Amino acid sequence: MPSSVLWAVDLFGRVFTLSTAGQHWEPCRDAQLEFKRVSAARDCCWGIACDHQVYVLVGASDVPIRCQEEAYENQRWNPVGGFCEVLLPSDRWPCSDVSGLQHRPLDGVALPSPHWEWESDWYVDENFGGEPTEKGGWTYAIDFPATYTRDKKWNSCVRRRRWIRYRRYKSQDTWAKIPSEDDPQQLPDPFSDLSVGGWEVTDEPVGRLSVWAVTLQGKVWYRENVSHHNPEGSSWSLVDTPGEAVQISCGPHDLLWVTLWEGQALVREGINRNNPKGSSWSTVEPPTSENGILHVSTGVCVVWAVTKDRKVWFRRGVNSHNPCGTSWIEMFGEMMMVNVGLNDQVWGIGCVDRALYFRQGVTQSELSGKTWKAIVAGREGDRSLSGSSISLLSAGCFFGNEVRGGAESCGPGDTDASWEVPGPASSPARLRGKESKKGPSHATATFPEATDLSSLTLLQLGLEEPESTDCHALWAWVSGGGCAVEAHTTLKWFTTQSGLSPSTQTLLLPITPAQTAAWRRQIFQQLTERTKRELENFQHYEQAVEQSVWVKTGALQWWCDWKPHKWVDVHVALEQLTGNDAAQDSILFIYYVVHEEKKYIHVFLNEVTALVPVFNEAKHSFALYTPERTRQRWPVRLAATTEQDMSDWLTLLNLSCCESRRLHGRPSPQAIWSVTCKGDIFVSEPGPDLEAPERRLPCDQMFWRQIGGHLRVVEASSRGVVWGIGYDHTAWVYTGGYGGGCFQGLANSTSNVFTQWDVKCVHIYENQRWNPVTGYTSRGLPTDRYMWSDATGLQECTKASTKPPSLQWTWVSDWFVDFSVPGGTDPEGWQYASDFPASYHKYKTMKDFVRRRCWARASAGCTWAPTSPLPPSPSAPATRCGPWRGTAPPSTAAPCPPPGPTGTCGTARGSRPATRRATAGSTCPTTCATCLWGPWTRSGSSLTKSRGATA
Amino acid sequence: MTDDKDVLRDVWFGRIPTCFTLYQDEITEREAEPYYLLLPRVSYLTLVTDKVKKHFQKVMRQEDISEIWFEYEGTPLKWHYPIGLLFDLLASSSALPWNITVHFKSFPEKDLLHCPSKDVIEAHFMSCVKEADALKHKSQVINEMQKKDHKQLWMGLQNDRFDQFWAINRKLMEYPAEENGFRYIPFRIYQTTTERPFIQKLFRPVSTDGQLHTLGDLLKEVCPSAVAPEEMWFTWVMPKSDVLMIYLSYC
Repeated sequence: MPSSVLWAVDLFGRVFTLSTAGQHWEPCRDAQLEFKRVSAARDCCWGIACDHQVYVLVGASDVPIRCQEEAYENQRWNPVGGFCEVLLPSDRWPCSDVSGLQHRPLDGVALPSPHWEWESDWYVDENFGGEPTEKGGWTYAIDFPATYTRDKKWNSCVRRRRWIRYRRYKSQDTWAKIPSEDDPQQLPDPFSDLSVGGWEVTDEPVGRLSVWAVTLQGKVWYRENVSHHNPEGSSWSLVDTPGEAVQISCGPHDLLWVTLWEGQALVREGINRNNPKGSSWSTVEPPTSENGILHVSTGVCVVWAVTKDRKVWFRRGVNSHNPCGTSWIEMFGEMMMVNVGLNDQVWGIGCVDRALYFRQGVTQSELSGKTWKAIVAGREGDRSLSGSSISLLSAGCFFGNEVRGGAESCGPGDTDASWEVPGPASSPARLRGKESKKGPSHATATFPEATDLSSLTLLQLGLEEPESTDCHALWAWVSGGGCAVEAHTTLKWFTTQSGLSPSTQTLLLPITPAQTAAWRRQIFQQLTERTKRELENFQHYEQAVEQSVWVKTGALQWWCDWKPHKWVDVHVALEQLTGNDAAQDSILFIYYVVHEEKKYIHVFLNEVTALVPVFNEAKHSFALYTPERTRQRWPVRLAATTEQDMSDWLTLLNLSCCESRRLHGRPSPQAIWSVTCKGDIFVSEPGPDLEAPERRLPCDQMFWRQIGGHLRVVEASSRGVVWGIGYDHTAWVYTGGYGGGCFQGLANSTSNVFTQWDVKCVHIYENQRWNPVTGYTSRGLPTDRYMWSDATGLQECTKASTKPPSLQWTWVSDWFVDFSVPGGTDPEGWQYASDFPASYHKYKTMKDFVRRRCWARASAGCTWAPTSPLPPSPSAPATRCGPWRGTAPPSTAAPCPPPGPTGTCGTARGSRPATRRATAGSTCPTTCATCLWGPWTRSGSSLTKSRGATA
Repeated sequence: MTDDKDVLRDVWFGRIPTCFTLYQDEITEREAEPYYLLLPRVSYLTLVTDKVKKHFQKVMRQEDISEIWFEYEGTPLKWHYPIGLLFDLLASSSALPWNITVHFKSFPEKDLLHCPSKDVIEAHFMSCVKEADALKHKSQVINEMQKKDHKQLWMGLQNDRFDQFWAINRKLMEYPAEENGFRYIPFRIYQTTTERPFIQKLFRPVSTDGQLHTLGDLLKEVCPSAVAPEEMWFTWVMPKSDVLMIYLSYC
């Protein structure tokens, strides 16, 4: 069997192919383009690139793709000049097509696209009906149109001859752009998904393909006349749909399924030899009403689907006579997408780890297969980057368990046994595919094959592969339409070459976060099951241990309420009480001694509105706000002797505040996000009556909890998508973790907290006064402000004494003059005014006696955590999981990134945009925190750089 | 998105519904009603059965009462095993609630340790924690802690206060980022099928050639003949704090 290839796109939009005979991903030769979708057939591959244009790549072959163009030269006899080009007025064109109806001058025949070239010039076809004609190739007839003969007879009044010319398709093995036909009158409607198939519907013309595409506006298009000799097709024609389409899949034969925004699937009926476009649509309901279909893929007589909760479903009973099938069967595993290739083989991209999986055991009798098996083939790109041993080590991440097992490396056939190790997930109850009976279902007989088939879980794959690292390829799309895997072929995809094995394993390969997440989820599921099993019927039993008061005490310092304000030593106690309803309340007591008299103040933690770490040079301190204290502008400020001590207290207080308000885990999608003027991020959970006018709560009375990170701007949507921009203009996307920053341990989520970094400029002002002798000098009047000051002039800020915002920040540049202050500056950065403080302008006038200029110095937040953020994703809609859906950076993207088929993203479609932002610093005027370790993931590359933003 | 904290909470708040019945030969003044409780899996029997003791003592004469002990289907229950371990080991296949028989006489000296007070449980618990930290951090973390931290750990367990316990236990579960886990993984494997009380060996999280170990590797190495893999399940989520460490060091 000749080898064929599997096509896939990684998160960066790079296209790779994996040969059935090979063991390595080969990057697509035309590496310039980044792709979002590919859909492969045997000889070609169609794709949508990051510029939203459709491209086709036709594989090189020994026989070139040639096309013959022809034109007929027509002449009429007249008594004067014999046969000449002067025709009767009623006659056809002197140069025409075969019918004579079209004018077809030889120099007017153009190449259909830039991807064709002429093989030669026009020449006369001297054959007629297989026999040579006389010189000139003319054929004769009585009149047009009539029967032409080779011989000139007495009554031959007209003659014609055929000119032919060959054109050749030249863009083989590269991506050839399909010219778009955007109507300039209308808004562009770029393509968002595409699928090729239909090569088994009819053989005529040779290599005929059905190419279907979906646009952003949900329209479905069909590419006319795509065949071997016309690989680009001729034009797009619109196919009406009853709803807005999101994604489309066309099988090799007559199956065509489309997913709709609303979550149903459309099935095309009436596709046959004579009508490859089909005739009508019928609708299939999703397996469960709450989770619509996100993605479908069709084969010859199978349909696989992924619903919005990432579950994988197999459609029973699909065939040519019943393209809708009968019912859904839930399969094991969670996938981003699945793709059905030749012979109904199936590939999928794991939801959590973004790895590629191949469905093993798919045969004609068992179309749903047996297990998902990870493809661990290495990538050519990884090796070719450098020949050093470093790259070899990095390739180690693709190892399957065979390599780990050492000498016992064996063929995939044997390997199966080792994959089938019954582990925790093998408890029978969890293996049965659930059967759902929705949609146009009738008789749902049991389906033993399918239910027993989905036996090996993805989670187990994770367990078996703890040594792979997160440098493994993250995939976005896969297409098996050109990949012929016979049911019992042995593939080498699941092992890597032993030559790549790192001989010295000094480098330790950590576990990927994805595996960890899968693992954790599995354990959590089992624990939940256990809890259910052991507690469900016994909730009424008495608890063995009664809940009691718990007190944490400690010694802190307190910024006292009375004058002169100073730090006084205090004894602090936090009392946690748990009520009968498991509600927890806590009181913080602060005991102090004044004039040898013992006193205390107390704070109910359910009244606390914000807890803010305050970084100044001397103390590890934090501030505690209540509505009353915010009104007084006098928070409770406490300081600990060590950073650890402070973070312990802060964590505990924060936890208690959240417990007393019953807040757990990540903020809800409706949460209100804010940043302070210091760049700290706070989030507040709105009550159900937030917008009721009678219950409106001022923002300084809402409870704000801090989320780690440092941002200049944050924006949220009502669907839980949160983005922010750092002071260094980097875009960040919220990963769903919580905690970070100073919050450690229990107040933290352990997943999804990555390192964040930010760069922020500190600004000081150099002030000068003019005097008649020396001009502007740094000698001011005694009443003047400091000659080096902050913007207000009240604080002295010299270059030497000014420190980075806090201990967590370090200088990353030297002082430089900031020219971008409002109002503009002269070439040296000065701004002039008549006196301090006044309005400054950028040129000197007679009346200006003072001037100032702004100096800035960049400081960067150091990074705390060893983890690295997720890679940026330039290929926008390819990333489709939850809040990670990135947009392409502005430099590469078309106007608007197409919404992925998830429909979960708030701003994308239909949902109420509910972005609110509290005014910066409304709750914490005196703080300055840089919590650099936060649940933020860098998204895309840096946006526009502008120098020296003002504070 | 599940979080480690969710797992820890679920482990901590694991409960076993239990029915305590007084042994039939105990002499009572009136009939003793069975007593029903939800026992925390991570705690110790004698630590959480004050209510049981009080309940049955009400119907007994003072002179008939000596040290309380528990028995399940003829097997005396070792109080120094965590409750979850006892249940999984002995009774996991039986129907809930777990029927425990309460005795006040004929203490099985050869099977059980005496438990005269809670201090004994505390000492046992702390020695387990210290032993585990010796394996994990050469005892560095536990020795650097103050007495009040030790107390908080114990009080957290005793009062069933998750936050209180984990505020300290967190430090015991940390390891430097540059290292790939604990020095050794503290674990014990209990089996019903053998005479040995448990198996305990030195086991590093990483093999000599740099591969990370899995629980499967551990079982293969430590008790190759043992348990059919399906039974691994119980070991896996058994809320014995030592086993938790395996989980944690691999999460």
